[in-house]
Amino acid sequence: MNRFTLLETPLEPARLAETLRHPSCGGYATFEGAVRNHNEGRAVVRLEYEAFVPLALREGERILAEAKSRFGLERAACAHRVGVLEIGDLAVWVGVGAAHRGEAFEACRYIIDHIKHSVPIWKKEYYPEGDSGWVNCEQCAAAPGSH
Amino acid sequence: MSAPTLYGLLLTGGRSTRMKRDKARLEYAGKPQLDRAMALIAPLVSRAFVSVRAEQRDDPQRTAYDTIADLRNDLGPLGGIQAAFQAHPSNAWLVLACDLPFLDAATIRHLIERRAATRLATAYRSGANGLPEPLCAIYEPASRASLEEWIAQGMNCPRKWMSRGDVELLDLPNAHALDNVNTANEYLAASATLGNGGSSGGAASSGPLRRVKVRYFALLREQAGRGSEDLQTAARTPQELYEQLQRERGLRLAPQFLRVAINDEFGDWQQPLAEGDTVAFLPPVAGG
Repeated sequence: MNRFTLLETPLEPARLAETLRHPSCGGYATFEGAVRNHNEGRAVVRLEYEAFVPLALREGERILAEAKSRFGLERAACAHRVGVLEIGDLAVWVGVGAAHRGEAFEACRYIIDHIKHSVPIWKKEYYPEGDSGWVNCEQCAAAPGSH
Repeated sequence: MSAPTLYGLLLTGGRSTRMKRDKARLEYAGKPQLDRAMALIAPLVSRAFVSVRAEQRDDPQRTAYDTIADLRNDLGPLGGIQAAFQAHPSNAWLVLACDLPFLDAATIRHLIERRAATRLATAYRSGANGLPEPLCAIYEPASRASLEEWIAQGMNCPRKWMSRGDVELLDLPNAHALDNVNTANEYLAASATLGNGGSSGGAASSGPLRRVKVRYFALLREQAGRGSEDLQTAARTPQELYEQLQRERGLRLAPQFLRVAINDEFGDWQQPLAEGDTVAFLPPVAGG
């Protein structure tokens, strides 16, 4: 299996795309997510990704399997980085192969949306001022004194 | 002619899809059900075995006993019975599910005393619907061929097999002895009845301690100042454990934003914790 992978080394889109090739596919779609130099109005200098590996792999595979059956894909794969990434580095790659382009585009979107939503991967932003913050987490403090 | 010697088989290979926890390790009155059931049957049979799926072969709690691994993993309980007959074809098997916390020695003795060794099997009728209860029953060696034929036809329900076969059916002396436990709520109710104090949401200050491993990620890892730790806790559920860690480790994320994982699977805040569990509290994710 291992169509969903977590990598500590740079993503190589051309090599990843090779794994999609299949004679019954007429359409391939891929998505590349890269580290951006700003987020929510603040400049960002780099990112750090952390994953809960066994559960992330299982959840990632579940999403790929769901996409394959929902869109009738021949191929679906995703690779996600962990560790420290600089601006411009690829953080995530999604690729699908289908009989026709419509399913390929839709499935690619479906996969990246669900991966962002439910795979246990976390992202820390580092800012030029020297501080840092965990994306989506910093607003989640419990009210003082509550348990 | 004397009846074939009786061996015991505790089925522990179930996938617990509703409970989401290994039922063999659920504790009642401070003891895992695996150990409770084996202690119950061992004195009543010549040898007792734990039936396991192939991938459970190395589980230390199971290998404390003699085990028999399934030959096929797609047959459910029938796979366990099939493997038992393959290992010891000339013995009869007392087969028990491991999700029967109310089962008592009197109910098993009654079954053994009324055993009809000239028929294919002896079983109880369900107190609820009158159907045979195939997972607290005795299977004679003569049933093996019929069970194999049943499997070969693509069937895997032992209850249906019993409904059609030459099976001695008994009434239950204790109507609730075979009540089974399939969900977290049923477990909490059963463990409360059996003296585990597991039902209410009160403070977890008393009761047995269990050893659990906690894993921390991202912001919670930084707040806890560690990636993981082993601890002894009286917490009975992830919710109670998180409340304890908020106090003791200064975790500051509100639980409504978190998800729970137990033993590397998504879990439930109210799921019962067992000895040896690994629990993780997952902050909001941000992949991509």
